[in-house]
Amino acid sequence: MTLEWQNACKTFTDKKAVDNLSLEVSEGELLVLIGPSGCGKTTSLKMINRLVQPDSGAVFVNGRDVSEVPATELRRHIGYVIQQVGLFPHMSVADNVAAVPRLLKWEKDRIDDRVKELLNLVGLPADEFADAWPSRLSGGEAQRVGVARALAADPPILLMDEPFGAVDPLTREVLQREFLRIQSTLGKTVVFVTHDLDEAIRLGDRIAVMNEGRLAAVAAPGELLLNADPFIRDFTGEDRALRRLARLSVGAAIGEATPITAAGFSGGGESGAPAGSVRTDATLKEALSMMLEAGETSLEAVSPAGRRIGKLTMEDLLESAAGTEAS
Amino acid sequence: MKRLIGPVLGLASMAVLFIPGILDPVLRFLFPGAGEWVFPRASLLSLAAMHLLISLTAGATAAVIGITLGIAATRPAGRAFLPLIRDASSLAQTLPPAAVLALAIPFLGFGFEPVLLALVLYSVLPVLNNTLTGLETLPEPVLEAARGMGMSRLQVLMRVELPLALPVIGTGIRTSVVINVGTATIGALAGAGGLGSPIVAGLIRDNPAWVFQGAMASALLALMLNALLKAAEKRLQPANMREV
Repeated sequence: MTLEWQNACKTFTDKKAVDNLSLEVSEGELLVLIGPSGCGKTTSLKMINRLVQPDSGAVFVNGRDVSEVPATELRRHIGYVIQQVGLFPHMSVADNVAAVPRLLKWEKDRIDDRVKELLNLVGLPADEFADAWPSRLSGGEAQRVGVARALAADPPILLMDEPFGAVDPLTREVLQREFLRIQSTLGKTVVFVTHDLDEAIRLGDRIAVMNEGRLAAVAAPGELLLNADPFIRDFTGEDRALRRLARLSVGAAIGEATPITAAGFSGGGESGAPAGSVRTDATLKEALSMMLEAGETSLEAVSPAGRRIGKLTMEDLLESAAGTEAS
Repeated sequence: MKRLIGPVLGLASMAVLFIPGILDPVLRFLFPGAGEWVFPRASLLSLAAMHLLISLTAGATAAVIGITLGIAATRPAGRAFLPLIRDASSLAQTLPPAAVLALAIPFLGFGFEPVLLALVLYSVLPVLNNTLTGLETLPEPVLEAARGMGMSRLQVLMRVELPLALPVIGTGIRTSVVINVGTATIGALAGAGGLGSPIVAGLIRDNPAWVFQGAMASALLALMLNALLKAAEKRLQPANMREV
């Protein structure tokens, strides 16, 4: 499923919330909408499931103008996750997840199977959580249920409005990592709103930066961090070079394409490589940190299995930080 | 132990009031100069039954009207009428039921109908107010999630709004029923019977024993209904909130 905003505008009383937004999202892509608060990112998101009606312009889902699809019909096929989760407090976790399949009048057995499958997918064992009440869940657990509920009817599109914004940083990182894992198997078309640049860089295939209702830039994370536009430079911050390094893997820097994996994702002591060496699935930011800490200008690069692959030098880092996106 | 005090006291008072053989000596002891003791025209039990019928009918009618108006006033199409509905129901509660009764009798005649009108006007407000409160204070993210997942307006109302507002609405219904039980004693003025009969007769004939038994019986009825409805409300409360 593809998405497209075409010259979409929205004005609230006196303020132009979205000003002539034109943007396409391709099938299976995770597009992050980011920008300072009040920049129109949430309003743009809500145009897709018709919670907001554009004053002019249009939004297309798979080439079809959403204003021509009945709102309830449209929304049942678009997963929607919001920051405050909004679980139904009078329903068990299982009933919350089953909400959309019930609206679609699935058979009971099919719903039960689906609920179990989804709870397990988001890391909440169904045996333990299906009958729990939302008021008993921690913030992280509640948002896992929120994601499961959004995915329940297997919608091709997922809209996420700062979904991990209300949980503590540690939980947020865990949720981001698991969401990437889920997304890598499901391949949904995702629009993800956030104000957290690190989150955007971690998750986004592309990042669209909005400012005062306008699209300021849209690019892959690596490119965005090289963008020379003053607003983008300012928005991405003094440490944009470090953020760039956080997006690149050690393997990629030494010409051995390796995706950043769950273990290498967040750094910390879990990479498990011997002293003086770094795993190829770790990020260059971690590698730099290890070099600074050890006072070395080079590290041995080893595969996740422990096999020696090559040498990562400070020159490799400098080249990667300045160079083009390795992906 | 503490939980048993209420029911035991209730049953004991019922026994005293509704079994004439027990009531008679008690009244003779309390009001030695009354001359007549147990109200002779009808048994207190049948008066209580009539009383209950009047107040519950009025309560049910007020509940239907109050909930309907409350729902209508919180829909997008009805929101413009919200202040009007609020004012009208407040005004209705300022009218003394006895005055409404007096004004209604020429049009509706004596009996059940004018009493019902007076009671309903008087008791819509608590149901309406609580319905409005219940529906207006629902958490916005929950409603947004409901709409965002593709529930129609009716589905949001039936599956989310009403179930969540039910405990608050239930409290309003209880208040209205309790008000009705107390106020229904004026039914005797319109010849509708009920526990007001011994009170009115006792006032006219200067018999405190009759006033006492009518007043005690309606008070007891109000207390019992209150306890009963409170227990029902607890059951309506969503399980997750009940345990907290």
